[in-house]
Amino acid sequence: MYSYSEFDNGFVRNRVKQFRHQVERRIDGSLTEEEFKPLRLMNGLYLQLHAYMLRVAIPYGTLNSRQMRQLAWIADRWDKGYGHFTTRQNIQFNWPKLRDVPDILDALADVEMHAVQTSGNCVRNVTADHFAGAAADEIQDPRPTAELLRQWSTDHPEFAYLPRKFKIAITGSPIDRAVTRAHDIGLRMMRSKSGENGYEVIVGGGLGRTPMIGKVIREFLPEQDLLPYVEAILQVYNALGRRDNKYKARIKITVHEQGIDTIRSMVEERFQVQRKQFAGADQVLLREIRAAFAEPEYINAPIHPFNAALNSDSSFRAFTESNLHQHKNSDYSIVTISLKAHGKTPGDATSNQMRVIADLAETYGHDELRVSHEQNVILPHVHRKDVPAVHAALRDAGLATANVGLASDIIACPGMDYCTLATARSIPIAQEIATRLDELKLEHEIGAMKIKISGCINACGHHHVGHIGILGLDRSGVENYQITLGGDGTETARIGDRAGPGLAAEELVPAIERLVRTYLEIRSDKTETFLETYRRIGMEPFRVALYPGGGRSQRNRRVHAA
Amino acid sequence: MTIIVNDLGFLPDDWSDCFLGWDKVKEDIGTVVPGTALDVPNNLDGDELIPIFGNIALIRIPFPTHVDGRGFTLARRLRLLGYKGRIRAHGHVLADQYVMARRCGFDEVEIDDELARRQPEIQWKPYIDWRRHDYQERLRRSK
Repeated sequence: MYSYSEFDNGFVRNRVKQFRHQVERRIDGSLTEEEFKPLRLMNGLYLQLHAYMLRVAIPYGTLNSRQMRQLAWIADRWDKGYGHFTTRQNIQFNWPKLRDVPDILDALADVEMHAVQTSGNCVRNVTADHFAGAAADEIQDPRPTAELLRQWSTDHPEFAYLPRKFKIAITGSPIDRAVTRAHDIGLRMMRSKSGENGYEVIVGGGLGRTPMIGKVIREFLPEQDLLPYVEAILQVYNALGRRDNKYKARIKITVHEQGIDTIRSMVEERFQVQRKQFAGADQVLLREIRAAFAEPEYINAPIHPFNAALNSDSSFRAFTESNLHQHKNSDYSIVTISLKAHGKTPGDATSNQMRVIADLAETYGHDELRVSHEQNVILPHVHRKDVPAVHAALRDAGLATANVGLASDIIACPGMDYCTLATARSIPIAQEIATRLDELKLEHEIGAMKIKISGCINACGHHHVGHIGILGLDRSGVENYQITLGGDGTETARIGDRAGPGLAAEELVPAIERLVRTYLEIRSDKTETFLETYRRIGMEPFRVALYPGGGRSQRNRRVHAA
Repeated sequence: MTIIVNDLGFLPDDWSDCFLGWDKVKEDIGTVVPGTALDVPNNLDGDELIPIFGNIALIRIPFPTHVDGRGFTLARRLRLLGYKGRIRAHGHVLADQYVMARRCGFDEVEIDDELARRQPEIQWKPYIDWRRHDYQERLRRSK
């Protein structure tokens, strides 16, 4: 794992000092609220529905046990004893007091963490494949590049006041777990035929109110050209991106309005100027960072305790079926800890749970943890002999829910329970759906399914790329939920299709139940996933299932009745 | 009255000549004689000025609000294209943005009296040492 250089440490300490002064200057009136806003946002501090919210970066989703314990301590000391893992590899504390925030930032700096650029119209926390450095299908670990980008983007003087936020994601595997096609810039690591390392560069993806799948701007960018090329993209965006309308300010709109070919030629032209700026220090740094991400020293030991538990414990068996993924070392497994216990808030972890997870990482996981955009926590390196012990400890802490990748592993935005933008509840909907699926005991039968819920059109719950997407809206003071089907956030990315009129909150759970039962009836066999069935047959049978009355919405009925 | 902020602190404006507006001179750039000060819009590409770089003593780029960062990219662009004269940021620039302005190639910031009263010199002082803690400089060094 990367650890801070003296320079990194000096930077974050200085940044905390600056922010402490900014808070004081806000309080004494030197800074107006409007002036203070971008400053607090680029230090992770949001104003939410009931209180401030502090969003802490977990760069490329990687952290160690000491950092996780510190997050637990912060949750106890300054918050209500829990934290919320988000869809962008951050953790949010929902109840900090403004005057405590500089102290929290200092406590983060103590363990080489920060909240820099987790909000605001700047380059945000760079995200990566949550199985990075462990997955069997990986070409290369994307985290060294992500760390290089973190340093490059941190306090970048040109790009702190962009037209709108800017998100970068990177994957080192052809299997895209980082949703690269729905980011402002997506990077897919490639190796050319001659063995040269590089990236496919995707630009202009995004969800929100105008969902777009990103377009390839460069099919192969040599590794050493990354920073000047990304810089050229941002220069074009900073100059051309719309500032007249917040909803048209993301680069996806710039690319859409100008056309990818125009953007590409402008970027290439700027790139020729930019690349002269980089004389090699960035590549030296990349090599140093790479050395810091060396693989752990794997244990050589027999795995028979794993097989013994498999034969004797059915709950362990269920856990291994859903929560384990293939590690590049065949004696190891990637263990995903679900933060989606049925009926609980997706992505929430109590301070006690965080400590349990930290202990497991230290004892059984080479002291490494990952957080995923799917709001789960991962032990990336567990020797298979130790998986039964990990499972037992998780069970005792209420963390052994065996549902990763299944229908109740739901992504949900904070919704009306926390967020000022939300137009509908999101967390309670996720809880109700998960509880019902658990009652039906059909989840393992259904298999791979991604349900994603957003409580407003800004789509923080990624509903556009959910196999089943749910969007909560407000219709004349009544919550109304639109359903999209067939969305996909992976390497075969696709925006879901709207199924029909919105449903009332109380109609939603029965409708989802009919939907999954229809899938079970019409799939060709047990190996055909929901997404595959949808792609083969299309919307019609699912529309019939969702709208047994013929597809008139509750809203329409009400209008007709009135 | 306006205040100029540079690495020395708050100073009165030492430029007493007028500023020519780019909109007026762009039709005939021959009017830009040596020693000209130019007001340019922040959405300028930058290339337009290359033929007259040698005649420009000072380029002033507006910051209509503190959240409009186009000026940062324009200043950086002018430097990369080879402009060596003065560049001034003008308008709603916060003390907290001084570091960014300097790193992008601005020499100074011009603010009005109201902003200077609300954010006096002492609040700009911590940012005057703009070379410290600079990731960009580290990444752009030669090996």
